[in-house]
Amino acid sequence: MDTLTLDNLSVNRCGRVAGLLSGGAMRRRMIDLGIVEGTKIECVGRSPSGDPSAYMIRGAVIAIRKRDAKNILLVASSVGGNYGTH
Amino acid sequence: MGLTKSSVGTRVIDKEKSFGDFREKYDAVVALAGNPNVGKSTVFNSLTGMKQHTGNWAGKTVASAVGVCRHGGHEYAMVDIPGTYSLMSSSKEEEVARNFLCFSSPDVSVVVCDATCLERNLNLVLQIMEVSKKTVICVNLLDEAKRKGIEIDTELLSSRLGVSVVGVVGRDKKSLGVLLDAVSDTLESDGAYRNVTYCDAIEDAVSILSPVIEKKISLRLNPKWVSLRLLDGDETLVKELSGFVGFDVLGDEDISLALNRADEHLRERGFFADILKEAIASTLVREAEDICEGVVSYEKKGKKERDRSIDKVLTSRAFGYPVMIAFLATVFFITISGANAISELISTFLFYIEGLFGKFLLSIGTPDWLYGALVLGIFRVLAWVVSVMLPPMAIFFPLFTLLEDVGYLPRIAYNLDKPFSKCSACGKQALTMCMGFGCNAAGVVGCRIIDSPRERLLATLTNCFVPCNGKFPMLIALISIFFIGGDGGFFDTLLSALLLTAVILLGVAMTFFCTWLLSKTLLRGTPSSFTLELPPYRRPQIFRVLVRSVLDRTVFVLARAAAIAAPAGLVIWLMANITVGDVSLLRYIADFLDPFASLMGLDGVILVAFILGLPANEIVIPIIIMAYLAEGSIAEIGSLDEMRRIFVDNGWDFVTAGSVILFSLLHSPCATTLMTVKKETGSFRWALLSAVLPTVIGIIVCIIFANLTRLFI
Repeated sequence: MDTLTLDNLSVNRCGRVAGLLSGGAMRRRMIDLGIVEGTKIECVGRSPSGDPSAYMIRGAVIAIRKRDAKNILLVASSVGGNYGTH
Repeated sequence: MGLTKSSVGTRVIDKEKSFGDFREKYDAVVALAGNPNVGKSTVFNSLTGMKQHTGNWAGKTVASAVGVCRHGGHEYAMVDIPGTYSLMSSSKEEEVARNFLCFSSPDVSVVVCDATCLERNLNLVLQIMEVSKKTVICVNLLDEAKRKGIEIDTELLSSRLGVSVVGVVGRDKKSLGVLLDAVSDTLESDGAYRNVTYCDAIEDAVSILSPVIEKKISLRLNPKWVSLRLLDGDETLVKELSGFVGFDVLGDEDISLALNRADEHLRERGFFADILKEAIASTLVREAEDICEGVVSYEKKGKKERDRSIDKVLTSRAFGYPVMIAFLATVFFITISGANAISELISTFLFYIEGLFGKFLLSIGTPDWLYGALVLGIFRVLAWVVSVMLPPMAIFFPLFTLLEDVGYLPRIAYNLDKPFSKCSACGKQALTMCMGFGCNAAGVVGCRIIDSPRERLLATLTNCFVPCNGKFPMLIALISIFFIGGDGGFFDTLLSALLLTAVILLGVAMTFFCTWLLSKTLLRGTPSSFTLELPPYRRPQIFRVLVRSVLDRTVFVLARAAAIAAPAGLVIWLMANITVGDVSLLRYIADFLDPFASLMGLDGVILVAFILGLPANEIVIPIIIMAYLAEGSIAEIGSLDEMRRIFVDNGWDFVTAGSVILFSLLHSPCATTLMTVKKETGSFRWALLSAVLPTVIGIIVCIIFANLTRLFI
């Protein structure tokens, strides 16, 4: 099990949230989006200029900038791409 | 919700003294809960028909809609509570929903879920099942889910949750009947809370507090849930609860003693306030995830895969930007080729009307000056605006709405976020920029979607650099006349579209430049965080798009333009006909401005037209033509050739046309937009800046362009 920050997650790879490093308004916004410990996140693509990236979070695709993604700690899953893997 | 007192039924419930009186009238009270936008109101309206009224009893700050529903000889009161994502009371709606479910004790709670994102909805379901003994799950939008390749196993979901789960398709009466059957079955059952199991530390703390709560507060509340909220330190709930039980809950000795012990237990294990909140939230999220496992299945070739393949092209490194430009050019191509034909039809028709109107006025003996003001002034300007503006608008708006409906616009924001963040701005500015293509005033209002005040101001001030619909006809006409000049065949139209695209891209470049400039000077700061949902691509509802864009946008913008054009026409006619010495007032001012204007590659008349065109950009060209012809009214211009002849006769060349195009792109937004800026920013100074900034840039660009090109031509 590797830990990494969300911005380092490669496209088509998934991980589970291990913790949020941000505080205040940004932290609340992330929780509102359903990003809490244990949430599965899959990176589904990057914008043409490489930032922001798009992530599949609870069935919705959300774009997050690199500097915000840095504050989301992940445990990488070995399996990527498939839905419903645990 | 969406139901107001005026929009629903006749009987108003606040005649009854209290909710208790109200409850006695019906066999059962059914609460209708759910996330926002899951079709809850549709279900509510279908169940209750027209027999609705709004209830606003004491203690309720947000009104809930109430309706009556008869089924199997019973009469149920349906209460539509506000749509929320959670019951954790972080917003007013959540508080209202929670208070109704807990303290008004509905007999059954129906939770409406969206089948296309069931997992997110289950979060609320689990929270409601913690407070409501009798719950029925209504999985709505099954048809839409099916189209997206999502299958829901409602039986498995039902056995996992231990309650009835009914799949519903929109307004289908039959499936709603099944829902009501489930409601009456559930009413007769005993019901039970479904508690979520949290981690050991939390469960232990609850087991300390819960027995005391059960003893003290035996009323219809789940002791475990109440314990959790007390541990959570939910102040609004404590207040509400104290009112409900009739004593200060935290002031009670036994409760506060147990609460302190439980709190201590949690703190010893490292669960401080925020950590506890998050632990509870994430347990719910995981539980929802586990329940969905096997309940929700995606077809292999589902929409999600398809969306991803589309996004791989539309947001790819290689094609992302070219595709955006290609879309823009295509929209312009269709607009230009369609608009030319319709434009001529409408202008022929309107000038025919003018003839009839004029004859009528003369036949009833209207004096010459009034005839001039009405027909040559007001009517002609109006006719011009309608015939020149309506066709491109009637084509451009629906096309644009189509792109919006498909879900492409958020991708534009996604693609352009990096450049915007380089300017310390927000990617959502791309969305407001796109709205500006329709109408800058609408774009300025749209800036509300940007959260950070600084970034919102950047978007507001730079919105007018994309040409609004009032400028398009002018740009299209000038490009066609001076830079294409052919017979309007396929390649001419294509070339016009490409040139117009280039002009627009210049406007976009200016947007970036000014955003950057402002963020380095007046509006310094670092970009705030940015999250943007990229919704699934949808097949556009073409009929709805047509109706919406024609009614909402085209008619609205046209009506506004006409309302301004009519009085402006009168003013222009007066200025052209009132003489100072030997020359008209219009000519007099034009001559005065001429030296400065020619420095910009324009002439005095054009500059006057731009100044007079402040109320609405679309009247700039009519004013120019009117002044040139000096006959005191807008000429009947049947074709672009005629327009070209007038312009050339008055000394226009490529440089003039180029300068006019540049200046029409880069000058003050119309008066409506300026007023909107003032309203949105609450400051006259920002409105002034949003007028001065583009004008100064336009003057500089025109001077450079005109003088450089004159050097070479």
